This record gives sequence, structure tokens and C-alpha cells, in this order.
Amino acid sequence: MNVFKFVGIDSLAGARILLASLLLALPVPALAVLGDNAASVLTDQARMKGTLRSEDNRTYVMHEITEPTGTVVREFVSPAGAVFGVAWEGQFPPDLQQLLGPYYQQAEKAQKAASSAQQQRQKRAPIVIETPGLVVYETGHMRSFHGQAYIPQLVPQGVQASEIH
Amino acid sequence: MVACGGGSSNSSGGSNGTITSVTAFCSPSTVQYGQSSQCSATVMGTGNFSSAVTWTASTGSISSSGVFNAPSAGNVSLLVTVTATSTQDTSKSGTATITVNPVQMVNNVAPIIVDAGPDPVNAPTVNTPFVTITICVPGNPSQCQTIDHVEVDTGSSGLRIVSSVLTISLPQANNSTLDECLVFEDGYVWGPVATATITVTGETASNVPVQIMIPTSTSPPVPSSCSSQNPPGGNGNEGVSVDAFGAKALIGVGLFQQDCGPGCTTNPAPDFYYDCSSVCTPTTVALAQQVANPVSMFPADNNGVLIQLPAVPDGGSPTANGNLIFGIGTQSNNGLGTATVYTVPDSGNNAGDFTTIFNGTSYPQGFIDSGSNGIFFLNSKTAGVPATCADQTHWYCPTTSPDNLTASNQGTNMSSAVPVNFSIENADALLATDNTAFSTLGGPNPGAFDWGLPFFFGRDVFTAIENMSAPGGIPPYFAYNLP
Repeated sequence: MNVFKFVGIDSLAGARILLASLLLALPVPALAVLGDNAASVLTDQARMKGTLRSEDNRTYVMHEITEPTGTVVREFVSPAGAVFGVAWEGQFPPDLQQLLGPYYQQAEKAQKAASSAQQQRQKRAPIVIETPGLVVYETGHMRSFHGQAYIPQLVPQGVQASEIH
Repeated sequence: MVACGGGSSNSSGGSNGTITSVTAFCSPSTVQYGQSSQCSATVMGTGNFSSAVTWTASTGSISSSGVFNAPSAGNVSLLVTVTATSTQDTSKSGTATITVNPVQMVNNVAPIIVDAGPDPVNAPTVNTPFVTITICVPGNPSQCQTIDHVEVDTGSSGLRIVSSVLTISLPQANNSTLDECLVFEDGYVWGPVATATITVTGETASNVPVQIMIPTSTSPPVPSSCSSQNPPGGNGNEGVSVDAFGAKALIGVGLFQQDCGPGCTTNPAPDFYYDCSSVCTPTTVALAQQVANPVSMFPADNNGVLIQLPAVPDGGSPTANGNLIFGIGTQSNNGLGTATVYTVPDSGNNAGDFTTIFNGTSYPQGFIDSGSNGIFFLNSKTAGVPATCADQTHWYCPTTSPDNLTASNQGTNMSSAVPVNFSIENADALLATDNTAFSTLGGPNPGAFDWGLPFFFGRDVFTAIENMSAPGGIPPYFAYNLP
């Protein structure tokens, strides 16, 4: 959950200024980003000690945070101001529990429900979670991991899921 | 008068003397291919004669100062005649004989078995290649242990042992309190870094940093920054037991010399190495202290591995027997042959990946991983393979089985991609059998191609280690032939 609620702030720049001043006074909380509002991008940037690059693709804004380790986290914000997807790549995967927040538990439940004798015979396989409320993929090997997660209902019309990477 | 060595210097002057004899001598008189020997000449004469000689060798090369260099490689013993000829009187010469022997070859072949896993088989494995290794306490050959069912993994680097398997006490390096969290695709392992001497078939690596994988209940506890790397629905700590791990140990023989590499030397990575002298805290670790690929620490045959597994018919086989062969192009049994080299980046966010092209689309995350037990690729829609299995998100179950497919792989060294054919069969049907070796088992992996163990059956697959020299390209690379 997000303790920062910027009701009425409709520009990211405004959120950035307000958030920056709040960060001076408050310890950085462990926030989730997926499903949160755009301001949580900045909180994530602060927590990851990363550099931020934002790209306006008209149907959404992509915020790319590069962590000091080189890991890149991309957060996708809809015109409605919701983070509808996140993607990551690098040697060190980001903290998935923090990145996915409450959706982590949801994905975990979905994965356990899909569990079967067959799945237990699968080893060192990619993570593939496809539920109506959440999609999570992670693949890779030592020194190189790639992943993406998104909430299908929040993906703006006309945006392909494959763009979240 | 006597002249030793090169003799091309001619300080002893004039040519009005007479040469009576030239003799030659080389030390050592027996060398191996690639080695050298120092030769010297003794010139006898009367009057003001010259001691200068010129050197020739029947095979190999010899310098003007008499340094003989044997040919770089060969399989048979050679007798080489080295001749020193007087420059003043070319009718006077002397010879020496050098024996050149093949390099002392060790046995570099470790048998692989693909079977249901360690006894007792509580959780049968499929498509998992195992070897047997011996580990010893460094410097103490009486403290050794042989371990069977060690999984061979080209997707990682380093030896990791389930702690309950150990009957000897491996020391932590330099009395350090270094622990490691290692994240796999579907979970993580946790435990201290120790050192061991590792022997696999005839190859031995000394003082190798290895990881001991401990249960969550053991001290030190798993840091939350490690456990939170578990992907949703992942297996969590996989190193808690042999059953959970599916093997007694894992030997990572992949593309890299260490597991973390430069990424852990300057800044503490958030979730990799920890100093556990009190509360476990992320720490930097020099390359030499990181858990290392044992192959790169062998004295020879250390530039990579070749995995050979037999062809497996559609429907699978009960078991499969093959070879893990150390070295690439270092012995008569590990040459590249007809294999094509696919060079991959050694760093960056696609380290260790080549490009796989399928249906005209390029996917930059292609890799060969003997530790993945299927060919995991794309999704049902992009692959065009139905996933109508009982477990739809993890395997493919084509209705027309086998489903014959073609992709192409391209390394950074290549100007075009090379096609590779593969087949997928119905996973429900395959896994309903008692077979453990399948060349047609596959499942989804959106946006990527993980060429797991099915890819290995019926081919030679090479992985060449970074920073080493190997034939056919600059490591790291994968190489394989078309069956």
C-alpha cells in the first residue's frame, strides 16, 4: 500500500516536488509500485538509489530507473495515473516483494493453486503466472534476469502487453 | 678451446685456424609438446679458429642462441635431431637428439547419467544430468568424500553442496564469515562459502571456493533481502534438503569464472554475498574469494566443457548415459569438430545470451542451460503450440504430437543465424511414463528461449569460459553441431 496519496495532483512534476520535500522528513518506506499511483515511481527511485529517465509514449509514460548495480526497472503509468506494469532486467533482480506489493501475495496464491505433480517435476524453469488480475513472467540465468508484471485491467486501451518490457 | 651456447658471437676471432670437431648437447633431452630445451655446442680446433655455429632442428624450431622449441601439439613421440654446424667450416657439425613426448593427458571424461535422481527416489527428476565427484578438505587427502548425483549445470558457475550430504568438514576460507544467497529462476539457495579440493574423473582443482547450502532453520538465518528474491510462487529456499534440491549438489560449469564476478567486487550487491560476522550484511568480495567455476581452476583442460548425450527417441527413454568432457580442443576427444561457435556478451543485461529468431521475430534472450529440464520458449500464441495440458502454464501439450518446429540462433560473432530444428510432444503423455530422458519436453517462457536439456540429446554442446582461450572464437561462447 501507498502512504503517499496525491489526490488532486495531476502532474508528475508537482508530485516530484511535494514528494521530495516529504522524503526529507520521512524515512523511505518500503512501498509497492504495481497498481499504485505515479508518485510511487519516485519513491521507488529513492529506495533503489537509482537514476530516473522518463519517456512519454502518449498512451502511457515509461519511467526507467537504473539502479547502481546496473539493473534496470521500468514502470509504466497510464493516463489515469496508475502504474499498470513493471519490467526489469539485470544481473541482480529487484526486490520482487517490494516491487509487486500486495500483488506478490496474489501471484503467489495463483501459482500455488496451479501447482500439481507435473509442476513439481519441472525444474529451473521460468516463472509464468497468468491470472485475470495479474500476469508475471521471469526468465534468465546467473548474471542475466529479465521479468515483467502487469495488471491487465489497468493496461490502457491500445497498449500491447509486449510493450511492457 | 670450448665455446658454449649460441656461438654466433665470434670474439675468438680469425679464420686462419682449423676446426677439428663440433659436438652438441641439449638439456633437457626429453620434453613435451610445447616445451623448450637449451642446446649448446662444443667446438674444438687448432690455431685461431672461430667457435661460431648455426643451429638447425629436424622438427620444431631452434633460435640462433640454441633454444629449441618443440611443436605446440601432437599425439605421438618424436625424435628430433638438433644440429650445430661450424660457421667457419660447414663440413664440421655435431648433433644431439631430443625426445618430444605427448603432453601427459589426464582422463578428462566424467560419465553422465540422466535418471530419476538420488536414492531414495522420493521426488523423481526428469531431464537432469548427473555426475559423480570427489571433494576433499584442502591439503588433507585423508579427509575426502565421493558424492554421486551431482547435477551438471551450464547455466551457472560454482559447486554447491546440500549441507546434509557432507560427511567431512570443509573449512571456511581464511576463517571468513562469508555467506551467499544465490537466486535461481524459481527460488534461491543460502549458506556459507567454504573451500574444497574438487576431483572429477582425472581432473583436480585445489582450494576452490564452494557454497554449502543450508536449511532455513540453520544459522545464520536467511536475510530478508535474500528471501524476498523468491519469485511469486517460487520454491523459496531450494537447498534445504536433497529432495527439495533434486540433487546432492550442483556443479556449475557455465560461461563464467565466478558466480557473481565484477558485479560484486566494488559495490556490495543487494542480495548476493553477505558478511555474517554479526547480522548478515551485504558485502563486496574479491574475484578470488567468490564461488568459482571448478573447471577454470583445473591445471589443464580448463577452458570449457563438452557435454555429449545420446539421441533419445520420441516418447523418451528410461535413462540416458553420456559424457561430461573437460577442455575444448585440448585433447583428441574434445575438438570442436563440425560445431558452430555462438559468441555471447560477457557483461551487460544480456550477458550469456545469444539471439534466437522464431517466425521472423528476434528474441535477444536465447541461452543453453543443462539445468533447465525442458525447452522453455515464448508462449502458446507466439509459438503456435497448444498448451492444453492439465497444467497449462508450465508445459506445452500439442494436439499433433510431435510438433516439429524451427528456430535460428545467432551469436555476436555471426552475420547470419543458423537454423535449428526441434520437436515438442504432449507433456501430459510424456510425464505419465516412467521415462526420465525426453528430447521433446517443452513449456512456455514468454519472450525468451531457454534451450534446456532436450536440446543436448544427440549433439555435442560446448560452453567456453570467459577470459580463457579456446578454438573457434573468443569465450564466452556456446558451440554445438547440427545432429
